[in-house]
Amino acid sequence: MSPPQATGARAALAIGGLLVFLLALPFAADLLDVPATTSLVTRMLIYAIAAASLNLVLGFGGMISFGHAAFYGIGGYAVGILFQHARLSEPLFGMMLGTEQFLIAMPVAIVLGGLAALVIGALALRTTGVQFIMITLAFAQMLYFLFVSLKYYGGDDGLVVRRRNVLFGLDMRDAKTFYFVVLALAAAYFAFIWRIAGSRFGMVLGAIRQNDRRVAAIGIGVYRYKLAAFVLAGMGAGLAGGLWANYARFVSPDMMHWTKSGELMVMVILGGAGTLFGPLFGAAGLITLETVLSAWTERWQFFLGPILILIILFFRGGLSGLVALFSGRNR
Amino acid sequence: MKRRTFLTVAGAGVATLAAPSILHAQTPLRIGLITTLSGPGGYLGADIRDAFNLAVEMEGGKLGGVPVEVVVDDDGFKPGQGKSIAERMIKNDKIKLLTGIVFSNILGATLPDILDADATYVSPNAAPSNFAGKECHKNYYVVSWQNDSLHESAGQMAKELGYKTAFILAPNYQAGQDALAGFKRMFGGKIIGEQYTRLDQTDYSAEMAAIRAANPEVVFQFHPGGLGIAFLRQYAQAGLIDKVPMAVASPSLDHTTLKAVGDVALGLWVSSHWNVDFDNAANKKFVPAFMAKFNRTPTYYASQGYDTALAIAAALRQTKGDVGQAAFRPAMLKADFASVRGAFKFGPNQHPIQDWYALKVVKSAAGQPEIKTQRKVLTAHGDAYSGLCKL
Amino acid sequence: MSLLVIEQILNGLQLGVTLFLLAAGLTLIFGIMGIINLAHGSLYMIGAYAGALAASATGSFLLAVPAGLLAAAASGVAVEFIVIRRLYERDHLDQVLATYGLVLFFNETVSILFGRQPLFVAIPALLSGSIEIVPGLAFSVYRLAIIAVGLSLAAGLYVLIQHTRLGMLIRAGATHRETVRALGVNIRLLYTLVFGLGALLAGFAGVMAGPLLSVQVGMGEQILIMTFVVVVVGGVGSIRGALFGAILVGVFDTMMRAFMPHIMRGLLANGSEADALSAGLASMGVYLLMAVVLLVRPQGLFPARG
Repeated sequence: MSPPQATGARAALAIGGLLVFLLALPFAADLLDVPATTSLVTRMLIYAIAAASLNLVLGFGGMISFGHAAFYGIGGYAVGILFQHARLSEPLFGMMLGTEQFLIAMPVAIVLGGLAALVIGALALRTTGVQFIMITLAFAQMLYFLFVSLKYYGGDDGLVVRRRNVLFGLDMRDAKTFYFVVLALAAAYFAFIWRIAGSRFGMVLGAIRQNDRRVAAIGIGVYRYKLAAFVLAGMGAGLAGGLWANYARFVSPDMMHWTKSGELMVMVILGGAGTLFGPLFGAAGLITLETVLSAWTERWQFFLGPILILIILFFRGGLSGLVALFSGRNR
Repeated sequence: MKRRTFLTVAGAGVATLAAPSILHAQTPLRIGLITTLSGPGGYLGADIRDAFNLAVEMEGGKLGGVPVEVVVDDDGFKPGQGKSIAERMIKNDKIKLLTGIVFSNILGATLPDILDADATYVSPNAAPSNFAGKECHKNYYVVSWQNDSLHESAGQMAKELGYKTAFILAPNYQAGQDALAGFKRMFGGKIIGEQYTRLDQTDYSAEMAAIRAANPEVVFQFHPGGLGIAFLRQYAQAGLIDKVPMAVASPSLDHTTLKAVGDVALGLWVSSHWNVDFDNAANKKFVPAFMAKFNRTPTYYASQGYDTALAIAAALRQTKGDVGQAAFRPAMLKADFASVRGAFKFGPNQHPIQDWYALKVVKSAAGQPEIKTQRKVLTAHGDAYSGLCKL
Repeated sequence: MSLLVIEQILNGLQLGVTLFLLAAGLTLIFGIMGIINLAHGSLYMIGAYAGALAASATGSFLLAVPAGLLAAAASGVAVEFIVIRRLYERDHLDQVLATYGLVLFFNETVSILFGRQPLFVAIPALLSGSIEIVPGLAFSVYRLAIIAVGLSLAAGLYVLIQHTRLGMLIRAGATHRETVRALGVNIRLLYTLVFGLGALLAGFAGVMAGPLLSVQVGMGEQILIMTFVVVVVGGVGSIRGALFGAILVGVFDTMMRAFMPHIMRGLLANGSEADALSAGLASMGVYLLMAVVLLVRPQGLFPARG
């Protein structure tokens, strides 16, 4: 596996630079009179978290999950449903009330994402290869149809979260404040992935991706490791989904549709699967491309498609490969 | 080295995103039109955009005497993208007046930001029930129709046509369930079969067999766009069209889908608030102009896009271009414009109160199927949710 | 009631046959070339568009069929030559991204060329109307024709694969890719042929579906996922699996939609709740079927024999 490319002072410098850039960004956006950029980058960061969690199974673990949006959607609906019950003061499952507290709703989103991943992963990981791709897809689609027919929670029209969750005394409605909350969580999540990738767990996961039989032969429970990675990824997606519900103040079954899983996958691959910052580049790259192209022409997909193909054909490792190429580094 | 790369890449990103706002031409009033242009629903958005632009063009680049510039962006049928576009228009480009969204789920993600920024949104199509009732807002206007009233009109139409038993079908999602509920509210007869289909379903043979077995007097179905085309074709192929008449609301058969369905739609009853053959001055100006410019028959989506532009024009004429809420809202609420559908006014929840008509697909003089207006079925009909709205 | 069951089985069979035409190509491309081709649905769309345009230009459905086949096969070969060829050595992830790019490109190209409005396709006069198969049961002639043509194509494919030299190479390629290559077979040509064949079948499915469904941008993605389900249920790389998988999925899906409401109404007192629930269950049915098959027999029901 290529654990964190982060080795040496140069990498530390790069990460430091990236952080400084992201910290300064909202202020720069105001100065340049493009304040909406802050919100756009917030969206990129949320997708980056979701893509990074998918990268954990896809890139590091070599498990091609085509149903990752299920956990993302569950995280979103956790926040949305808790909010609705708090607002209407209706008990949920007859016992607990909903909540508007960020510090309660978000952990619930993360845990539910993880639980769903535990159940789905426990079944799906009995298969490999294309069968695994399809079975993860199947479970996600089942959840999608479930939420489409849940009339009480808006069904296909989705659920409006009128106000963002409450976090201490912060003004979460303010785009900048919310941006920094998301940035802090994104930074923490990337640091977490970095730690995992370098840990014994990460090493075993990488070994499983390369040759799971050999790993099994030395007495390591391959299934358990894969499942653990799958659950961690589900939790990350739950986090991203919960943040999305707060960001968009709206959740809908689209969040779980297979096209959303595909989009997350595209972000990971575009950025470079199995690299630490690949998902960040991928999410930022895809959203930037969509935004710039669609503002320029309504026929943007006509250009986006070939651009994606060219990137994959000529730059191995996606945008990370591109960045490495320009900085004169070979992976 | 690497840091510089990061910064240049990211810096370039910010610069390109900033690009649209560099064109700060202050003079014309900018109107943001966010709509769906890609994917299967693309023709709906294209019709709304084209008709809106047509209204601007017919006034020589103005609405209500105020020079305007329409900024169009494609939401790609993604709620997140719609939201980002709205934020960019509001915050970067300082646009205070927006319109254009076709689908409810995109409106749901986009509207809160527009309203929080104290901007105005005038809907040319999407009008979900939550924003018509409890979540209604003084800066949110609907020019099209509330979902339920559409299907209530179909129910009323079926009742007036004298049908006593009905088989009803719709996709299993919120709008589909609303459709069946709306139909039942007005129909009053006996529902002898009720079936939900799937949004991703393309084959309706199972449903056709069930309809034949139940043998109702009339079939009501709600399948918008491409789903409706497939449903109608298969209905005809199953030989049902000659046995059981069908009544639908306009989304299941517009002028574009009629062209794709062809002769098999003959005899179909459609309830709608507008049709190309409406005999009023505004419509007589709109339809030929649209057909001359775009070489196609306008759908009712186009009529709504055009009406939206007219409604905005009427308000702008009174405020002389001021889109601040204090001046704009009273002007807008007067609805002082000649709608292509005839009578039009806003109800207490700022959704339309309008008439509904029964239309029928017949053979034209040239032998082509066309949609002909038959009679009025509902007069000054509002919607079921205005009572929940406190404005 | 029993007549209704027969009719629904025929309906399911027709859906299954359409799925088979798509799945056969997909399973060959995946089994032999190891390519996950998300753009397979685009080839189906191209076939449908070419067929619809040819039919409305010439007024003859007989000309629509070769037009659709030709357009789809030509696009397939071009795609293989320009893009797919460079992806054989890459992992599945790169293939997913590249073919996703192709989907965007094809959808937008078609909408630029032919507009966003759905196209009209008439059923050929010869095949319109319905025919009484057994007393009291009328069935659409066109659907019967699809079933007949689809099944004969399946038989033709069987002969091609079991009894010709090309078929032998294809079979060998599906199970022992490296060996075939080592034996000096022109593997590039074989791949192009297989891809073209898959595209041809997809295009044919598109032409046949034209008069039944709505010919519009994005129609390929609607059916793509269902096709993947068929491939996996039947067993990757196996034509026989694609056929039985397609018929199983088609009939199962149709039966769920047809009879689930009756069953649920029997179980639940509240009628409208039963309807909503049965629709939800029917939607999930195919995916549930796939999940169960994969858990019990991960290699699919009729895997390619190695």
